[in-house]
Amino acid sequence: MNKITEKLLEVISDWKGVFDGAFNIREDGQCVGRQSSPNIRIDPLAGGAGLEIHVSSQAQGETVYIPACVTKSDVNDLVYNDFYIGDGADVVIVAGCGVHNDGEGEARHNGIHRFFVGKGAHVLYKEKHIGMGDGSGARRIDPITDITLEEDAVMEMDTTQISGVDSTVRTTNANLAARAKLIIHERLMTNDQETAKTDFTVNMNGEDAGVDLISRSVAKDRSHQEYRSVIRGNTRCTGHSECDAILVGNGTVSAAPELFAGHIDAALIHEAAIGKIAGEQILKLQTLGLTEEEAEQKIIDGFLKG
Amino acid sequence: MLILENITWSVPDGDSILKGVDLVIPSGGLTVITGPNGGGKTSLAKIVAGLYKPDSGRILLDGEDITNLSITERARKGVGYAFQQPVRFKGITVRDLLELAAGHPLEESELCDILGSVGLCTHDYIDREVSTGLSGGEIKRIEIASVLARSDTKLTIFDEPEAGIDLWSFAGLIEAFQKLKTKNSGSILIISHQERILNIADEIVVIAEGKVRAKGSRDEIMPVLLADEKAAHCPRGKEVY
Ligand SMILES: Nc1ncnc2c1ncn2[C@@H]1O[C@H](COP(=O)(O)OP(=O)(O)OP(=O)(O)O)[C@@H](O)[C@H]1O
Ligand SMILES: [Mg+2]
Repeated sequence: MNKITEKLLEVISDWKGVFDGAFNIREDGQCVGRQSSPNIRIDPLAGGAGLEIHVSSQAQGETVYIPACVTKSDVNDLVYNDFYIGDGADVVIVAGCGVHNDGEGEARHNGIHRFFVGKGAHVLYKEKHIGMGDGSGARRIDPITDITLEEDAVMEMDTTQISGVDSTVRTTNANLAARAKLIIHERLMTNDQETAKTDFTVNMNGEDAGVDLISRSVAKDRSHQEYRSVIRGNTRCTGHSECDAILVGNGTVSAAPELFAGHIDAALIHEAAIGKIAGEQILKLQTLGLTEEEAEQKIIDGFLKG
Repeated sequence: MLILENITWSVPDGDSILKGVDLVIPSGGLTVITGPNGGGKTSLAKIVAGLYKPDSGRILLDGEDITNLSITERARKGVGYAFQQPVRFKGITVRDLLELAAGHPLEESELCDILGSVGLCTHDYIDREVSTGLSGGEIKRIEIASVLARSDTKLTIFDEPEAGIDLWSFAGLIEAFQKLKTKNSGSILIISHQERILNIADEIVVIAEGKVRAKGSRDEIMPVLLADEKAAHCPRGKEVY
């Protein structure tokens, strides 16, 4: 594993020299470290195209790390990872992707993650994206996440991209069975000329399924973001989505939330707010002794943290 | 000591709101400003804190002319202002706000002291966001706490601190102001309509129609206010028919 990968790992997956438990580290399309644990089995797919990860029902409170790094130009890494989560398992999955580019060619990671979450299982899926390096070549991360939740399964997805990714298209699809719950927290910040596209589609097919989709983003400089969400309530269910975006400088954001209620007892709510930082928020922090710039920074930090 | 000299201010579209306010607020005491709705109390407080710029006049804090200083500079010189309408923030927690106010990280016991003095239990609130999840009374208390958390203010202004605070907690609030008065050598200025707050004032100032209508010790002003109340005229000064 090279130095750049180590640095990226620190940022995206709290790497401190070792991973405790099951892990797989991918660097420029190759596996540079893998370990299974008694309850979490990681098998390579034929031809190095990705992984099959089986989490048994016995796994309770375990963590599996599957970070992927691209460390140079002219790499276009495509990976398929399939997760099979046993009934009643309780697991944390730390994914994360770092793209470092000091060269002129493009560096791209495209991860296709499929989750099959068994009855009553609980998954916390953490995905942190970052771009680094000062080459002129673009840094791209285009994740696709497909989620199938069986009855009573709960999945929380925390997805964060704070800086340095020139272009990203993030696609998430989910299908929920009865009483399954999906909670998505997205945090996104774009700078310079970066573009970020987010596309969520959630189908609630089983009675009393529920989704809570919270997106907070900051578009700075001349960056552009597009947010699209479709929540389909096909039966008695609850759906809530909240999309808040702060504009700084010449950032632009387009948000297109869609709700489909296909049943009389589908209760769906959408809230959206886009705009610059409220002037009175800056004033309040100035009365506590912060400068305008400090106030802006605190407001953005808090907004993206919360 | 705060000295205001002939402060005038008009709203951007031209209506004159403050029409020449002269006022001396001594240090070490508690002054309550009262007067009819729309009389210009909040405007005056915002001018002192630097949120509004006066059209004319001077503001002196402990002898220094602060008229042209920014909000930040005034805050750093010791001006504190608790808003009449508290501001909400998505993602900033009660702890974050109090630490920003104090200017340094706060120990559990310090947080307890500050929140306790506005009648909130630290554990229930410290990690809550200062956002729409808080009730009107809760956010008002946190707004007051954010000013109490500041260290060594020379002038502390509370704009209608009683608004939205339930009757049961009132005694605690009064106590917090009295405590502040003993520990802080600066001036405390409370804008209020509440008799119980007027009762703890050293001085009372009545502002109406953009001017100081009356000013004096509590004993001088209270009887006039109570008599006025009985007369039940329109607060704007016009007769009620
Ligand atoms: N930023 C502003 N833009 C327009 N008008 C304003 C502005 N600020 C204050 N005013 C007007 O100035 C007048 C005085 O308002 P101010 O808020 O100072 O009154 P107040 O004495 O604090 O009243 P209250 O007791 O209701 O709080 C009101 O008529 C108000 O509408
Ligand atoms: Mg007012």
